[in-house]
Amino acid sequence: MININNVSKTFRRTTVLDGINLIINKGDRIALVGSNGSGKTTLIRCLLGEYIHDGEVLMNGLQPRQHREAVLKRVSFVPQLPPPLRMPVSQLIRFSAEVCDSDPEKIYAVSESLGLDARQFKSQPFVKLSGGQKQKLLISIALGRDSELLIMDEPAANLDPEARHNFFSLLAKKQKDTAMIISSHRLDEVAALVNRVVELDQGNVVLDDKVADQVDMDSILDCEVKLVRAEVAFANTIKEWGFVSENKGITWKGEVAGPDRLRFLGVLSRYAGILNGINMQERS
Amino acid sequence: MSSKHLLLTALADINESLRSRWFMIYTLIFGGIVVALFITGLTESRVMGFTGLSRTLVTYLQITMAILPIFVLLTTVRSVAGDREAGIFEYLLSLPVGLASWYWGKILGRFAVVFLPVFLAMMLAVIWAALKGAEIPWGQVLFYTAMLLVLAWCFLGIGMLISSLARSADVAQGAAFLVWLVLLLFLDLILLGIMISDGSSAETVVLIALTNPLQVFRTGAMMLFDPQLVLLGPSAWVILDTFGQTGFLVWSLVYPLVLGTFCAWLGYVVFKRGDLP
Repeated sequence: MININNVSKTFRRTTVLDGINLIINKGDRIALVGSNGSGKTTLIRCLLGEYIHDGEVLMNGLQPRQHREAVLKRVSFVPQLPPPLRMPVSQLIRFSAEVCDSDPEKIYAVSESLGLDARQFKSQPFVKLSGGQKQKLLISIALGRDSELLIMDEPAANLDPEARHNFFSLLAKKQKDTAMIISSHRLDEVAALVNRVVELDQGNVVLDDKVADQVDMDSILDCEVKLVRAEVAFANTIKEWGFVSENKGITWKGEVAGPDRLRFLGVLSRYAGILNGINMQERS
Repeated sequence: MSSKHLLLTALADINESLRSRWFMIYTLIFGGIVVALFITGLTESRVMGFTGLSRTLVTYLQITMAILPIFVLLTTVRSVAGDREAGIFEYLLSLPVGLASWYWGKILGRFAVVFLPVFLAMMLAVIWAALKGAEIPWGQVLFYTAMLLVLAWCFLGIGMLISSLARSADVAQGAAFLVWLVLLLFLDLILLGIMISDGSSAETVVLIALTNPLQVFRTGAMMLFDPQLVLLGPSAWVILDTFGQTGFLVWSLVYPLVLGTFCAWLGYVVFKRGDLP
Protein backbone atom coordinates (compact mmCIF):
# COMPACT_ATOMS: atom_id res chain seq x y z
CA MET A 1 0.00 0.00 0.00
CA ILE A 2 2.70 2.53 1.00
CA ASN A 3 6.31 2.20 -0.08
CA ILE A 4 8.93 4.43 1.45
CA ASN A 5 12.09 3.91 -0.56
CA ASN A 6 15.39 5.35 0.59
CA VAL A 7 13.85 8.62 1.77
CA SER A 8 16.33 11.23 2.97
CA LYS A 9 15.73 14.79 4.02
CA THR A 10 18.34 17.41 4.78
CA PHE A 11 17.77 20.90 6.17
CA ARG A 12 20.78 22.98 5.17
CA ARG A 13 23.57 20.70 6.43
CA THR A 14 21.57 18.69 8.94
CA THR A 15 20.35 15.28 7.81
CA VAL A 16 17.02 14.60 9.49
CA LEU A 17 16.04 11.48 7.57
CA ASP A 18 18.81 9.21 6.35
CA GLY A 19 17.65 6.69 3.77
CA ILE A 20 14.43 5.42 5.35
CA ASN A 21 12.92 2.23 3.88
CA LEU A 22 9.51 1.02 5.04
CA ILE A 23 6.55 -0.84 3.61
CA ILE A 24 3.19 -0.17 5.23
CA ASN A 25 0.29 -2.50 4.51
CA LYS A 26 -3.44 -2.27 5.11
CA GLY A 27 -4.20 -3.29 8.69
CA ASP A 28 -0.81 -2.15 9.99
CA ARG A 29 -1.14 -0.05 13.12
CA ILE A 30 2.28 1.45 13.57
CA ALA A 31 3.64 3.21 16.63
CA LEU A 32 6.17 5.66 15.23
CA VAL A 33 8.35 6.33 18.23
CA GLY A 34 11.59 8.12 18.91
CA SER A 35 12.99 10.98 20.92
CA ASN A 36 12.58 14.63 19.95
CA GLY A 37 14.46 15.33 16.73
CA SER A 38 14.54 11.68 15.66
CA GLY A 39 12.70 12.50 12.41
CA LYS A 40 9.09 11.44 13.17
CA THR A 41 7.44 14.70 12.13
CA THR A 42 9.68 15.04 9.07
CA LEU A 43 8.74 11.52 7.94
CA ILE A 44 5.05 12.32 8.41
CA ARG A 45 5.43 15.52 6.36
CA CYS A 46 7.15 13.53 3.60
CA LEU A 47 4.21 11.08 3.62
CA LEU A 48 1.81 14.01 3.34
CA GLY A 49 3.77 15.42 0.39
CA GLU A 50 4.62 18.56 2.32
CA TYR A 51 8.39 18.21 2.09
CA ILE A 52 10.62 17.88 -0.93
CA HIS A 53 12.97 14.93 -0.27
CA ASP A 54 15.35 12.47 -1.83
CA GLY A 55 14.10 8.94 -2.47
CA GLU A 56 10.52 8.01 -3.12
CA VAL A 57 7.22 7.78 -1.26
CA LEU A 58 4.48 5.90 -3.10
CA MET A 59 0.91 5.36 -1.98
CA ASN A 60 -0.80 2.83 -4.22
CA GLY A 61 1.81 3.74 -6.83
CA LEU A 62 1.20 7.50 -6.61
CA GLN A 63 3.58 10.13 -5.25
CA PRO A 64 1.94 12.42 -2.65
CA ARG A 65 3.57 15.58 -4.01
CA GLN A 66 2.77 14.99 -7.69
CA HIS A 67 -0.71 13.56 -7.10
CA ARG A 68 -1.68 15.56 -4.01
CA GLU A 69 -5.42 15.48 -4.37
CA ALA A 70 -5.67 11.78 -5.31
CA VAL A 71 -3.32 10.69 -2.50
CA LEU A 72 -4.49 13.03 0.27
CA LYS A 73 -8.13 12.09 -0.32
CA ARG A 74 -7.15 8.72 1.15
CA VAL A 75 -5.12 10.12 4.04
CA SER A 76 -6.43 11.59 7.30
CA PHE A 77 -4.13 13.52 9.58
CA VAL A 78 -4.30 14.69 13.18
CA PRO A 79 -1.46 17.05 14.12
CA GLN A 80 0.16 17.13 17.54
CA LEU A 81 -0.40 20.87 18.00
CA PRO A 82 -3.73 22.29 16.85
CA PRO A 83 -3.25 25.09 14.28
CA PRO A 84 -4.29 28.57 15.52
CA LEU A 85 -7.12 28.92 13.00
CA ARG A 86 -9.41 31.88 13.54
CA MET A 87 -12.17 30.55 11.29
CA PRO A 88 -15.34 29.41 13.06
CA VAL A 89 -15.80 25.75 13.87
CA SER A 90 -18.65 25.33 11.37
CA GLN A 91 -16.53 26.78 8.57
CA LEU A 92 -13.57 24.54 9.39
CA ILE A 93 -15.87 21.52 9.28
CA ARG A 94 -17.48 22.66 6.02
CA PHE A 95 -14.10 23.46 4.44
CA SER A 96 -12.63 20.08 5.41
CA ALA A 97 -15.69 18.16 4.30
CA GLU A 98 -15.94 19.95 0.97
CA VAL A 99 -12.31 19.58 -0.04
CA CYS A 100 -12.47 15.91 0.95
CA ASP A 101 -15.83 15.33 -0.78
CA SER A 102 -17.31 14.01 2.46
CA ASP A 103 -20.37 14.78 4.54
CA PRO A 104 -20.09 17.39 7.35
CA GLU A 105 -22.77 15.43 9.26
CA LYS A 106 -20.31 12.55 9.68
CA ILE A 107 -17.84 14.93 11.33
CA TYR A 108 -20.55 16.24 13.67
CA ALA A 109 -21.52 12.64 14.51
CA VAL A 110 -17.93 11.67 15.37
CA SER A 111 -17.49 14.79 17.48
CA GLU A 112 -20.64 13.91 19.42
CA SER A 113 -19.36 10.42 20.10
CA LEU A 114 -16.16 11.99 21.49
CA GLY A 115 -18.26 14.11 23.83
CA LEU A 116 -18.03 17.38 21.88
CA ASP A 117 -21.19 19.00 20.62
CA ALA A 118 -19.56 20.83 17.69
CA ARG A 119 -22.86 22.54 16.80
CA GLN A 120 -22.81 24.30 20.13
CA PHE A 121 -19.49 25.93 19.17
CA LYS A 122 -20.18 26.38 15.47
CA SER A 123 -19.78 30.16 15.40
CA GLN A 124 -16.84 30.17 17.79
CA PRO A 125 -13.34 30.61 16.31
CA PHE A 126 -11.44 27.31 16.38
CA VAL A 127 -8.52 28.97 18.17
CA LYS A 128 -10.77 29.91 21.11
CA LEU A 129 -11.67 26.29 21.94
CA SER A 130 -9.92 24.54 24.81
CA GLY A 131 -7.02 22.17 24.09
CA GLY A 132 -9.22 19.09 24.53
CA GLN A 133 -12.01 20.50 22.35
CA LYS A 134 -9.57 21.33 19.55
CA GLN A 135 -8.12 17.84 19.68
CA LYS A 136 -11.58 16.26 19.59
CA LEU A 137 -12.56 18.36 16.60
CA LEU A 138 -9.39 17.53 14.67
CA ILE A 139 -9.92 13.84 15.40
CA SER A 140 -13.56 14.19 14.25
CA ILE A 141 -12.45 15.76 10.98
CA ALA A 142 -9.92 12.96 10.45
CA LEU A 143 -12.27 10.11 11.35
CA GLY A 144 -15.39 11.65 9.82
CA ARG A 145 -14.36 10.65 6.32
CA ASP A 146 -13.21 7.55 4.48
CA SER A 147 -9.47 7.10 4.35
CA GLU A 148 -6.95 4.34 3.83
CA LEU A 149 -4.20 5.84 5.94
CA LEU A 150 -4.63 7.54 9.27
CA ILE A 151 -1.67 9.56 10.52
CA MET A 152 -1.93 10.82 14.08
CA ASP A 153 0.67 12.73 16.03
CA GLU A 154 0.10 12.16 19.79
CA PRO A 155 -3.66 12.11 19.14
CA ALA A 156 -5.02 11.21 22.55
CA ALA A 157 -2.73 13.40 24.65
CA ASN A 158 -5.41 15.98 25.50
CA LEU A 159 -8.41 13.66 25.81
CA ASP A 160 -10.20 12.69 29.00
CA PRO A 161 -10.52 8.94 29.76
CA GLU A 162 -14.09 8.68 28.43
CA ALA A 163 -13.21 10.43 25.18
CA ARG A 164 -10.14 8.21 24.90
CA HIS A 165 -12.30 5.12 25.15
CA ASN A 166 -14.68 6.44 22.49
CA PHE A 167 -11.70 7.38 20.34
CA PHE A 168 -10.30 3.84 20.64
CA SER A 169 -13.72 2.41 19.73
CA LEU A 170 -13.78 4.56 16.59
CA LEU A 171 -10.28 3.39 15.69
CA ALA A 172 -11.37 -0.21 16.26
CA LYS A 173 -14.05 0.20 13.59
CA LYS A 174 -11.45 1.37 11.10
CA GLN A 175 -8.62 -1.01 11.88
CA LYS A 176 -9.36 -3.61 9.19
CA ASP A 177 -9.59 -1.25 6.22
CA THR A 178 -7.09 1.37 7.29
CA ALA A 179 -3.39 1.57 7.98
CA MET A 180 -2.53 3.73 10.98
CA ILE A 181 0.60 5.57 11.95
CA ILE A 182 0.50 6.84 15.50
CA SER A 183 3.45 9.02 16.38
CA SER A 184 4.55 9.42 19.97
CA HIS A 185 7.73 9.98 21.88
CA ARG A 186 6.49 7.51 24.50
CA LEU A 187 5.74 3.94 23.50
CA ASP A 188 3.62 3.25 26.60
CA GLU A 189 1.13 5.92 25.43
CA VAL A 190 0.32 4.01 22.25
CA ALA A 191 1.58 0.47 22.83
CA ALA A 192 -1.85 -1.07 23.27
CA LEU A 193 -3.18 0.50 20.08
CA VAL A 194 -0.64 -0.90 17.66
CA ASN A 195 0.55 -4.15 16.11
CA ARG A 196 3.89 -2.84 14.86
CA VAL A 197 6.54 -0.56 16.32
CA VAL A 198 8.91 1.53 14.22
CA GLU A 199 11.53 3.44 16.15
CA LEU A 200 13.51 6.27 14.62
CA ASP A 201 16.80 7.57 15.93
CA GLN A 202 18.75 10.36 14.22
CA GLY A 203 16.87 9.80 10.99
CA ASN A 204 17.34 6.03 10.84
CA VAL A 205 14.96 3.15 11.50
CA VAL A 206 16.54 1.39 14.48
CA LEU A 207 13.62 -0.94 15.23
CA ASP A 208 10.83 -2.33 13.08
CA ASP A 209 9.00 -5.04 14.93
CA LYS A 210 5.61 -6.73 14.99
CA VAL A 211 4.03 -6.80 18.44
CA ALA A 212 1.39 -9.03 19.98
CA ASP A 213 -2.00 -7.86 18.78
CA GLN A 214 -4.14 -9.24 21.59
CA VAL A 215 -5.74 -6.11 22.96
CA ASP A 216 -9.24 -5.51 21.69
CA MET A 217 -9.30 -1.76 20.99
CA ASP A 218 -12.96 -1.65 21.88
CA SER A 219 -12.63 -3.52 25.19
CA ILE A 220 -13.31 -2.18 28.68
CA LEU A 221 -11.77 -3.25 31.98
CA ASP A 222 -13.69 -3.07 35.25
CA CYS A 223 -11.17 -1.96 37.85
CA GLU A 224 -10.96 -1.83 41.58
CA VAL A 225 -8.08 -0.16 43.40
CA LYS A 226 -7.54 -0.52 47.16
CA LEU A 227 -5.32 1.76 49.20
CA VAL A 228 -3.77 1.38 52.60
CA ARG A 229 -5.04 4.87 53.48
CA ALA A 230 -7.00 7.68 51.84
CA GLU A 231 -4.85 10.19 49.97
CA VAL A 232 -6.07 13.51 48.51
CA ALA A 233 -3.57 13.60 45.62
CA PHE A 234 -4.51 10.07 44.60
CA ALA A 235 -8.22 10.91 44.86
CA ASN A 236 -7.81 13.90 42.55
CA THR A 237 -5.93 11.82 40.00
CA ILE A 238 -8.25 8.82 40.00
CA LYS A 239 -11.34 11.04 39.78
CA GLU A 240 -10.02 12.28 36.44
CA TRP A 241 -10.39 8.69 35.26
CA GLY A 242 -14.03 8.70 36.36
CA PHE A 243 -13.45 6.48 39.44
CA VAL A 244 -15.64 6.73 42.54
CA SER A 245 -15.08 5.63 46.10
CA GLU A 246 -17.71 4.10 48.38
CA ASN A 247 -15.65 4.03 51.58
CA LYS A 248 -14.06 7.44 52.06
CA GLY A 249 -11.23 7.07 49.56
CA ILE A 250 -9.93 3.61 50.52
CA THR A 251 -11.45 1.61 47.66
CA TRP A 252 -12.00 3.07 44.21
CA LYS A 253 -14.05 1.57 41.38
CA GLY A 254 -14.26 2.51 37.74
CA GLU A 255 -13.60 1.42 34.19
CA VAL A 256 -10.60 1.77 31.91
CA ALA A 257 -10.47 1.41 28.13
CA GLY A 258 -8.55 -1.73 27.12
CA PRO A 259 -5.83 0.08 25.15
CA ASP A 260 -5.40 2.47 28.07
CA ARG A 261 -4.40 -0.24 30.58
CA LEU A 262 -0.67 0.45 30.41
CA ARG A 263 -1.20 4.17 30.76
CA PHE A 264 -3.51 3.57 33.74
CA LEU A 265 -0.99 1.30 35.43
CA GLY A 266 1.64 3.98 34.78
CA VAL A 267 -0.51 6.47 36.69
CA LEU A 268 -1.01 3.99 39.57
CA SER A 269 2.72 3.33 39.75
CA ARG A 270 3.21 6.89 41.01
CA TYR A 271 1.26 5.91 44.11
CA ALA A 272 2.84 2.42 44.56
CA GLY A 273 3.58 3.13 48.24
CA ILE A 274 -0.10 3.39 49.21
CA LEU A 275 -1.51 0.66 46.93
CA ASN A 276 -3.02 -2.33 48.70
CA GLY A 277 -4.54 -4.16 45.76
CA ILE A 278 -5.52 -3.84 42.10
CA ASN A 279 -8.12 -5.87 40.29
CA MET A 280 -8.67 -5.49 36.54
CA GLN A 281 -11.28 -7.62 34.82
CA GLU A 282 -12.07 -7.42 31.12
CA ARG A 283 -15.78 -6.97 30.59
CA SER A 284 -17.18 -9.81 28.52
CA MET B 1 -6.73 23.87 -10.73
CA SER B 2 -10.11 23.15 -9.12
CA SER B 3 -12.35 26.22 -9.06
CA LYS B 4 -14.26 24.76 -6.09
CA HIS B 5 -11.08 24.46 -4.04
CA LEU B 6 -9.94 27.90 -5.20
CA LEU B 7 -13.17 29.45 -3.98
CA LEU B 8 -13.14 27.50 -0.70
CA THR B 9 -9.58 28.62 0.02
CA ALA B 10 -10.44 32.22 -0.84
CA LEU B 11 -13.46 32.16 1.48
CA ALA B 12 -11.42 30.54 4.26
CA ASP B 13 -8.79 33.26 3.91
CA ILE B 14 -11.41 36.01 3.94
CA ASN B 15 -12.91 34.52 7.09
CA GLU B 16 -9.49 34.34 8.73
CA SER B 17 -8.76 37.97 7.80
CA LEU B 18 -12.14 39.35 8.91
CA ARG B 19 -11.41 38.08 12.40
CA SER B 20 -7.91 39.50 12.63
CA ARG B 21 -6.99 42.75 14.30
CA TRP B 22 -5.08 44.15 11.31
CA PHE B 23 -8.22 44.11 9.19
CA MET B 24 -10.17 46.16 11.71
CA ILE B 25 -7.39 48.74 11.92
CA TYR B 26 -7.03 48.76 8.15
CA THR B 27 -10.75 49.34 7.57
CA LEU B 28 -10.92 52.01 10.26
CA ILE B 29 -7.94 53.86 8.77
CA PHE B 30 -9.39 54.13 5.27
CA GLY B 31 -12.92 54.85 6.43
CA GLY B 32 -11.44 57.38 8.84
CA ILE B 33 -9.46 59.12 6.09
CA VAL B 34 -12.61 59.78 4.06
CA VAL B 35 -14.51 61.04 7.08
CA ALA B 36 -11.54 63.20 8.12
CA LEU B 37 -11.31 64.70 4.63
CA PHE B 38 -14.91 65.87 4.84
CA ILE B 39 -14.69 67.02 8.45
CA THR B 40 -11.54 69.08 7.86
CA GLY B 41 -13.25 70.70 4.88
CA LEU B 42 -10.70 69.58 2.32
CA THR B 43 -13.26 69.90 -0.44
CA GLU B 44 -13.62 71.56 -3.78
CA SER B 45 -13.65 75.17 -2.62
CA ARG B 46 -12.89 76.74 0.73
CA VAL B 47 -14.93 79.77 -0.22
CA MET B 48 -17.96 78.14 -1.84
CA GLY B 49 -17.99 75.02 0.29
CA PHE B 50 -18.47 71.56 -1.19
CA THR B 51 -19.14 71.79 -4.91
CA GLY B 52 -17.46 68.66 -6.27
CA LEU B 53 -15.47 65.59 -5.45
CA SER B 54 -12.26 65.93 -7.48
CA ARG B 55 -10.02 67.42 -4.81
CA THR B 56 -11.27 65.03 -2.14
CA LEU B 57 -10.57 62.05 -4.40
CA VAL B 58 -7.09 63.22 -5.32
CA THR B 59 -6.21 63.79 -1.67
CA TYR B 60 -7.68 60.43 -0.71
CA LEU B 61 -5.68 58.73 -3.44
CA GLN B 62 -2.43 60.44 -2.45
CA ILE B 63 -2.91 59.36 1.16
CA THR B 64 -3.85 55.86 0.04
CA MET B 65 -0.69 55.66 -2.03
CA ALA B 66 1.34 56.36 1.07
CA ILE B 67 -0.43 53.85 3.31
CA LEU B 68 -1.79 51.03 1.15
CA PRO B 69 1.50 49.54 -0.20
CA ILE B 70 3.19 49.15 3.17
CA PHE B 71 -0.04 47.95 4.76
CA VAL B 72 -0.62 45.33 2.06
CA LEU B 73 3.01 44.21 2.13
CA LEU B 74 3.26 43.87 5.90
CA THR B 75 -0.11 42.21 6.49
CA THR B 76 0.40 39.79 3.60
CA VAL B 77 3.84 38.62 4.66
CA ARG B 78 2.90 38.63 8.33
CA SER B 79 -0.14 36.44 7.83
CA VAL B 80 1.17 34.15 5.08
CA ALA B 81 4.63 33.54 6.55
CA GLY B 82 3.10 33.68 10.05
CA ASP B 83 0.52 31.03 9.16
CA ARG B 84 3.30 28.80 7.90
CA GLU B 85 5.28 29.24 11.11
CA ALA B 86 2.23 28.63 13.32
CA GLY B 87 1.45 25.26 11.71
CA ILE B 88 -1.64 26.35 9.77
CA PHE B 89 -0.05 25.31 6.48
CA GLU B 90 0.94 21.93 7.92
CA TYR B 91 -2.65 21.16 8.79
CA LEU B 92 -4.62 22.72 5.96
CA LEU B 93 -2.19 21.44 3.34
CA SER B 94 -2.64 17.90 4.65
CA LEU B 95 -6.14 18.15 3.17
CA PRO B 96 -6.56 17.23 -0.49
CA VAL B 97 -6.48 20.73 -1.91
CA GLY B 98 -4.28 21.40 -4.95
CA LEU B 99 -1.32 23.73 -4.50
CA ALA B 100 -2.44 26.03 -7.32
CA SER B 101 -5.97 26.29 -5.86
CA TRP B 102 -4.50 26.94 -2.44
CA TYR B 103 -2.03 29.63 -3.51
CA TRP B 104 -4.26 31.52 -5.95
CA GLY B 105 -7.27 31.11 -3.65
CA LYS B 106 -5.26 32.71 -0.87
CA ILE B 107 -4.33 35.63 -3.16
CA LEU B 108 -7.94 36.01 -4.24
CA GLY B 109 -9.21 36.11 -0.65
CA ARG B 110 -6.47 38.48 0.40
CA PHE B 111 -7.13 40.75 -2.56
CA ALA B 112 -10.80 40.99 -1.59
CA VAL B 113 -9.97 42.03 1.97
CA VAL B 114 -7.34 44.61 1.03
CA PHE B 115 -9.17 46.16 -1.91
CA LEU B 116 -12.76 46.29 -0.65
CA PRO B 117 -12.28 48.57 2.41
CA VAL B 118 -10.30 51.08 0.30
CA PHE B 119 -12.87 50.95 -2.48
CA LEU B 120 -15.84 51.16 -0.15
CA ALA B 121 -14.32 54.17 1.62
CA MET B 122 -14.06 55.90 -1.75
CA MET B 123 -17.64 54.94 -2.56
CA LEU B 124 -18.64 56.47 0.78
CA ALA B 125 -17.25 59.77 -0.48
CA VAL B 126 -19.12 59.39 -3.78
CA ILE B 127 -22.43 58.65 -2.01
CA TRP B 128 -21.92 61.57 0.34
CA ALA B 129 -21.22 63.89 -2.58
CA ALA B 130 -24.30 62.59 -4.45
CA LEU B 131 -26.46 63.22 -1.37
CA LYS B 132 -25.09 66.78 -1.24
CA GLY B 133 -26.12 67.19 -4.87
CA ALA B 134 -22.56 67.72 -6.05
CA GLU B 135 -21.34 66.75 -9.47
CA ILE B 136 -19.68 63.32 -9.54
CA PRO B 137 -16.65 63.06 -11.85
CA TRP B 138 -17.43 59.51 -12.96
CA GLY B 139 -14.44 59.23 -15.27
CA GLN B 140 -12.13 60.10 -12.40
CA VAL B 141 -13.94 57.76 -10.00
CA LEU B 142 -13.65 54.86 -12.46
CA PHE B 143 -9.98 55.52 -13.16
CA TYR B 144 -9.13 55.86 -9.48
CA THR B 145 -11.00 52.63 -8.74
CA ALA B 146 -8.92 50.90 -11.41
CA MET B 147 -5.75 52.44 -9.95
CA LEU B 148 -6.58 51.26 -6.43
CA LEU B 149 -7.27 47.83 -7.86
CA VAL B 150 -3.93 47.54 -9.62
CA LEU B 151 -2.02 49.09 -6.72
CA ALA B 152 -3.48 46.56 -4.28
CA TRP B 153 -2.83 43.73 -6.75
CA CYS B 154 0.74 44.85 -7.43
CA PHE B 155 1.78 44.96 -3.78
CA LEU B 156 -0.14 41.81 -2.98
CA GLY B 157 1.88 40.03 -5.68
CA ILE B 158 5.14 41.40 -4.26
CA GLY B 159 4.01 40.39 -0.75
CA MET B 160 3.22 36.84 -1.86
CA LEU B 161 6.62 36.53 -3.54
CA ILE B 162 8.38 37.67 -0.36
CA SER B 163 6.25 35.24 1.70
CA SER B 164 7.25 32.35 -0.56
CA LEU B 165 10.93 33.22 -0.42
CA ALA B 166 11.25 33.95 3.32
CA ARG B 167 11.18 31.02 5.73
CA SER B 168 10.14 33.01 8.78
CA ALA B 169 7.65 35.77 9.49
CA ASP B 170 10.36 38.05 10.89
CA VAL B 171 12.57 37.75 7.80
CA ALA B 172 9.51 38.26 5.56
CA GLN B 173 8.50 41.36 7.46
CA GLY B 174 12.01 42.81 7.29
CA ALA B 175 12.24 42.12 3.55
CA ALA B 176 8.82 43.68 2.90
CA PHE B 177 9.82 46.82 4.75
CA LEU B 178 13.09 47.00 2.82
CA VAL B 179 11.29 46.68 -0.55
CA TRP B 180 8.90 49.47 0.40
CA LEU B 181 11.81 51.65 1.56
CA VAL B 182 13.71 51.13 -1.72
CA LEU B 183 10.63 52.05 -3.76
CA LEU B 184 10.14 55.09 -1.57
CA LEU B 185 13.75 56.17 -2.13
CA PHE B 186 13.22 56.11 -5.87
CA LEU B 187 10.36 58.56 -5.91
CA ASP B 188 10.70 61.58 -8.20
CA LEU B 189 11.93 64.13 -5.71
CA ILE B 190 14.83 61.97 -4.54
CA LEU B 191 15.56 60.93 -8.12
CA LEU B 192 15.68 64.56 -9.09
CA GLY B 193 18.33 65.12 -6.42
CA ILE B 194 20.37 62.19 -7.71
CA MET B 195 20.04 63.49 -11.25
CA ILE B 196 21.39 66.89 -10.24
CA SER B 197 24.22 65.62 -8.03
CA ASP B 198 25.41 62.76 -10.32
CA GLY B 199 24.69 64.40 -13.63
CA SER B 200 22.56 61.42 -14.77
CA SER B 201 20.49 61.90 -17.88
CA ALA B 202 16.84 62.79 -17.46
CA GLU B 203 15.90 59.72 -19.51
CA THR B 204 17.68 57.35 -17.12
CA VAL B 205 16.04 58.93 -14.11
CA VAL B 206 12.62 58.83 -15.75
CA LEU B 207 13.16 55.20 -16.74
CA ILE B 208 13.82 54.35 -13.08
CA ALA B 209 10.76 56.34 -12.09
CA LEU B 210 8.62 54.50 -14.62
CA THR B 211 9.59 51.10 -13.24
CA ASN B 212 8.80 52.13 -9.68
CA PRO B 213 5.12 51.22 -9.13
CA LEU B 214 4.82 53.82 -6.36
CA GLN B 215 5.97 56.58 -8.72
CA VAL B 216 3.80 55.31 -11.59
CA PHE B 217 0.78 55.39 -9.33
CA ARG B 218 1.65 58.83 -8.01
CA THR B 219 2.11 60.30 -11.50
CA GLY B 220 -1.05 58.64 -12.84
CA ALA B 221 -3.14 59.92 -9.93
CA MET B 222 -1.81 63.40 -10.48
CA MET B 223 -2.33 63.38 -14.22
CA LEU B 224 -6.13 63.42 -14.11
CA PHE B 225 -6.11 66.36 -11.76
CA ASP B 226 -3.15 68.19 -13.33
CA PRO B 227 -2.87 67.12 -17.01
CA GLN B 228 0.31 69.18 -17.64
CA LEU B 229 1.94 67.66 -14.55
CA VAL B 230 3.00 71.09 -13.35
CA LEU B 231 3.21 69.73 -9.82
CA LEU B 232 5.62 67.00 -10.86
CA GLY B 233 8.42 69.20 -12.23
CA PRO B 234 10.91 68.59 -15.04
CA SER B 235 10.48 64.79 -15.25
CA ALA B 236 6.93 65.46 -16.41
CA TRP B 237 8.19 66.77 -19.75
CA VAL B 238 10.00 63.54 -20.56
CA ILE B 239 6.98 61.49 -19.44
CA LEU B 240 4.55 63.51 -21.53
CA ASP B 241 6.89 63.55 -24.53
CA THR B 242 7.43 59.81 -24.39
CA PHE B 243 3.94 58.58 -23.57
CA GLY B 244 1.44 61.35 -24.08
CA GLN B 245 -1.30 61.66 -21.47
CA THR B 246 -3.41 58.68 -22.57
CA GLY B 247 -0.33 56.52 -23.03
CA PHE B 248 0.82 57.17 -19.49
CA LEU B 249 -2.62 56.54 -18.01
CA VAL B 250 -2.66 53.17 -19.76
CA TRP B 251 0.89 52.48 -18.52
CA SER B 252 -0.08 53.39 -14.95
CA LEU B 253 -2.75 50.69 -15.03
CA VAL B 254 -1.03 47.99 -17.08
CA TYR B 255 2.46 48.11 -15.57
CA PRO B 256 1.51 47.55 -11.89
CA LEU B 257 -0.93 44.85 -13.00
CA VAL B 258 1.76 43.01 -14.96
CA LEU B 259 4.36 43.49 -12.22
CA GLY B 260 1.98 42.20 -9.53
CA THR B 261 0.96 39.20 -11.64
CA PHE B 262 4.59 38.36 -12.45
CA CYS B 263 5.62 38.54 -8.77
CA ALA B 264 2.60 36.43 -7.72
CA TRP B 265 3.41 33.84 -10.39
CA LEU B 266 7.09 33.76 -9.36
CA GLY B 267 5.95 33.32 -5.76
CA TYR B 268 3.79 30.39 -6.84
CA VAL B 269 6.72 28.71 -8.63
CA VAL B 270 8.87 29.06 -5.49
CA PHE B 271 6.01 27.86 -3.24
CA LYS B 272 5.28 24.84 -5.44
CA ARG B 273 8.90 23.72 -5.59
CA GLY B 274 9.77 24.10 -1.92
CA ASP B 275 8.83 22.67 1.46
CA LEU B 276 5.25 23.68 2.30
CA PRO B 277 5.20 24.06 6.10
